[in-house]
Amino acid sequence: MEFIQYFAEVFTPVNLLILVFGTIGGLLLGATPGLSPTMAVALLIPFTFQMEPAASLIMLGAVYTSTVAGGAVSGILVNIPGAPANIATIMDGHPMANQGRATEALHYCFISSLIGGVIGVVLLIFFTPMLAQLALRFGPAELFWISIFGITIIASLGGGSILKGLIAGGVGLWLSTIGYNPVLGEERFVFTEHLAGGIHVIAALIGLFAIPQVLSLVASSGSSLGKAKYAELRSHSVVKSFVYNVRRIKALTIGTVVGSIVGVIPGAGGQIAGLVAYDQTKKMSKDPSRFGKGEPDGVIAAESANNAMVGPSLVPLLTLGIPGSPTAAVLLGGLLINGLFPGPDLFTVHGAVTWTFINSLLVGQVLMMVFGLMIARYSVFVTRIPNHVMAAAVIVLAIFGTYSVQNSISDVIVMLVLGTLMYFAARVGFSAAPLVLGLILGQLTETNFLQGRLIAGDDAWSYFLDGPINKIVIGLCVLSIAYSIFNERKQILRRRREAAA
Amino acid sequence: MTSITSRISKAALTAAVALSTAATAAVAQFPERPITLMVAYGAGGATDFQARIVTMMAAKEDKKGNPVYLNGQPVVILNRPGAGGQVGWNRFVQRGKTDGYELAAYNVPHFIAQSIVFPGKVKYNIDNLEPIANWGADPAVLIVNKDSPFNSVKDVVDYAKANPGKLTLSGAGLYVGHHIANLQFDKAAGVETKYVPAGGGVKALQFVLGGQTMAGFNNLSDAYRSRDRLKILAVADLQRNDFLPDVPTFKEAGLDVDDSSVNFRGVMARKGTPDDVIAVLADKVPAMFKDKKVIGKMKEGGSPMRVMTRSEVQAMWKERQDYLGELLKELRKP
Repeated sequence: MEFIQYFAEVFTPVNLLILVFGTIGGLLLGATPGLSPTMAVALLIPFTFQMEPAASLIMLGAVYTSTVAGGAVSGILVNIPGAPANIATIMDGHPMANQGRATEALHYCFISSLIGGVIGVVLLIFFTPMLAQLALRFGPAELFWISIFGITIIASLGGGSILKGLIAGGVGLWLSTIGYNPVLGEERFVFTEHLAGGIHVIAALIGLFAIPQVLSLVASSGSSLGKAKYAELRSHSVVKSFVYNVRRIKALTIGTVVGSIVGVIPGAGGQIAGLVAYDQTKKMSKDPSRFGKGEPDGVIAAESANNAMVGPSLVPLLTLGIPGSPTAAVLLGGLLINGLFPGPDLFTVHGAVTWTFINSLLVGQVLMMVFGLMIARYSVFVTRIPNHVMAAAVIVLAIFGTYSVQNSISDVIVMLVLGTLMYFAARVGFSAAPLVLGLILGQLTETNFLQGRLIAGDDAWSYFLDGPINKIVIGLCVLSIAYSIFNERKQILRRRREAAA
Repeated sequence: MTSITSRISKAALTAAVALSTAATAAVAQFPERPITLMVAYGAGGATDFQARIVTMMAAKEDKKGNPVYLNGQPVVILNRPGAGGQVGWNRFVQRGKTDGYELAAYNVPHFIAQSIVFPGKVKYNIDNLEPIANWGADPAVLIVNKDSPFNSVKDVVDYAKANPGKLTLSGAGLYVGHHIANLQFDKAAGVETKYVPAGGGVKALQFVLGGQTMAGFNNLSDAYRSRDRLKILAVADLQRNDFLPDVPTFKEAGLDVDDSSVNFRGVMARKGTPDDVIAVLADKVPAMFKDKKVIGKMKEGGSPMRVMTRSEVQAMWKERQDYLGELLKELRKP
C-alpha cells in the first residue's frame, strides 16, 4: 500500500497541469493517423531533458495512455485507425458511426479504456514481481506460437468470406517479407530502392485504410457535393452509455484479461491485444453474426484490451529493463535520462518518483475518459463535414502522417500504391484488416521462428513443442482453427436448409 | 613595364585579400541556420537518445549573449531508420548536402562492417564520409545469466570446445559490435558458436536474462544497469572499464580479443564538404560534447562518453577498416 502516500504528489499544481496537457495532447496525437503512441512518446523525450524526473515521467505516461485511446477516435469516425492497436476497434466502431451512433461508440471506447486501463495499472501496482517472472518465460518459441495464434484468427476478421480473409492475410504475410531481414542479413523482393527498408506497418495501415476511404468519398461526392454519408447522428446520454457499458461484463472481462496478459509478453503489443480480445468476444457471443455490423461489444472488448495492456507492459520494463511493448521501449529512454535504472532500486531508492509516476497513470486514465467524452460530444462536427472537404483533409493527414514516421518519401509512395490497390480489392470484397494483421504478424512469426531455429539447432521439434506455455498456446491455435471449421460448416448447413426451405 | 606588373600583381593581391576575407567571414558566420543531424536508427533507440543529449547545448550562448558552440544555432535530429542503418546512410551519401548543414551520426563498427559485407548495395564507406568528432564508446561485454554454470571466460570456452556448435550467444544484430566480438571470440578460442541476432540490444539482453541463449554479447552500459541479474565475464576492450573495475578484459582472461567491437558513436559529414566548414565543425563539435550539462546528462543515463577529435576518429576508422576487412572476408556478399 506504499503507493497511496505518493498520491498527493500527482496533485501538485505543476504535475496536475502536465498531466492534463499530456492527456489532451495525447488524445489529439492519437487521433492523428501516423502518430502512433510510440512516435508520440519518442517525440516528447527531448522535452523532458529540462524537467523534473517525476514531471517528465508523468507527461510520458499520460501521453502513452491517452494516445492508445485517442487512436480510436479517427477509427470510429472515419474508419482510419490512429495506430495498429485500434484496428480491432473500428470493425464495429465505424459501422456504429455509419448508423448515426458515433457518440455512443466513442462513449463505449473511452469508458472501456478507463476500466481496462485502471485494472491494468492495479495489476502493475500489486503483482509486479510475479508478472515480471512470467514475462521472462516468453522466448522465441512462445512468441512464435502466439503469432501463429494471431494468424489463425485473421481470416475470420474480414466480416465477409473466410476465403477472401485467408487470401488477404496471405498477401499480408508476404508483404511482411519484403526488405532487409535482420536475422538472415539478406534483402528480399527489393526491386526498387523504395522497398529497401521494407513495408512499414504504419505506412501500410494508413494506406490500406485511408486511401480507399478517400477514393470512395471522392467517388460518391461527384453528383451531390457534401451529401451526408452518415445516418442522422443520434445523441446519446453519457449516463446511459455508462450503465450499458458496465453491464457488458463478458466483453469487458475478456478485453481486460487478454490485454493484461498480452501486455506482460515482451514484444507482442497492443494490436494483438485488441485483435485477440475482439475475436474471443465474438466467438463467445451468443450471436457472433452481429459483429462487424455495429455491435458495441466489439468496441468494448478491443478498447478495454488495448488500454489494459498499458500497465502490465510497464512491469517487465520497470523491474527488468525489458519493455513489454514498442512504446514501453521508448519509455525506457525516458527513465534512463532521469537516472532511473530499471530494477529493484526503482521501487525503493527512487520510490517517490516511481510511485508518483504509477499513480499518475491511474489519475491519467480518469482524465483521459473525461476529455474523451468531451471529444465525443463534438464528434457530430466530423460527421457533418462535406465529403470533398473530408477527402482532402484525410489525404493531407495520410501523407503527413506517413512521412513523419521515418521521414521517408518511400513510405509515402508505398502507402499510396498499397492504398490504391486496396481500393480495387475492396470493391471485390476484400477487407484491409486481415492484410495489415498479416503484415504485423508475419514479421513477428518469421523473426521468432528464425531465432528459435538458431537457438534450437538439432532439437527444433522439442524446442518448439515442449514447455507449458508452448503447449497452452498450441492448444489455443488448434481450438481456434477447429472453431472456425465448425462455425463455417454450421453456416453452410444453415444456408442449405434455408435454401431448401 | 615594372609599374604595370606591379599594378597587376597589386590588383590580384587586393582581389585575393578580398576573397579570403569573404571566405573567412562566411566561415565565421557558419552556421547561420540550424544544422540537421541524421540518425540512421529509430527515435527512442540508444543512438537517437544519445544524439539528442550530446547536441542539446548546440545553441548555447554565454552570459553576454555570445554564441559558445555553433553560432547559437540548434541541431535538429532527423531519424531515417531501416535495414540496420543502411537506408539512412545510403541516402546520406547519395543525396545529403555537402554544405555542412546536413550531418549524420555514425556507428562504428556497424557502417564500416556493412560497407565490407555488402559492397554492391551499400553506397557508403570510409572514403566518401568525413568524420567530425566522436562522442561515445560502448564496449561489448560477455554476459551470462546469474544462474548460469559459467563463471569465467574459460568455462564458456571449455563448454564451446566440448560441444561444437552448441553454445548460443545473443547480440543486437548482424555486423554490429556484438557480432564482431562473437566472431573474434570464435577465432581467438578456436571454437564454433551460434550467434543469434535478437533485433536490438535490449532484446538480446532479454534472451540472456530469460535463459533463451546460454550467453550473449551486449553493451557494457546496458549490462551494467542489469548487473545484479547477470554475470559479466569479460570486456572486449584494451583496458578495464571504470564502471566495472572487477571485470577482466578478454586479453587478461587469456583470449586474443581486442577493442575492435567497441561501439563508437559520433558525427560525420559527406565527402565534398568545404575544408573550412569541416574545420569549424571539427573545432566546435567536440567542445560541445564536453559541455558540463551534456556530460552530466550522459552520466545520469549511464551512457559511457569518449570524446575524440577529427584526426583521432580518422585514425580509428582506418584501423577498423583494415582489421574488419580481414575478419569479415568470408562473409562478403557482393
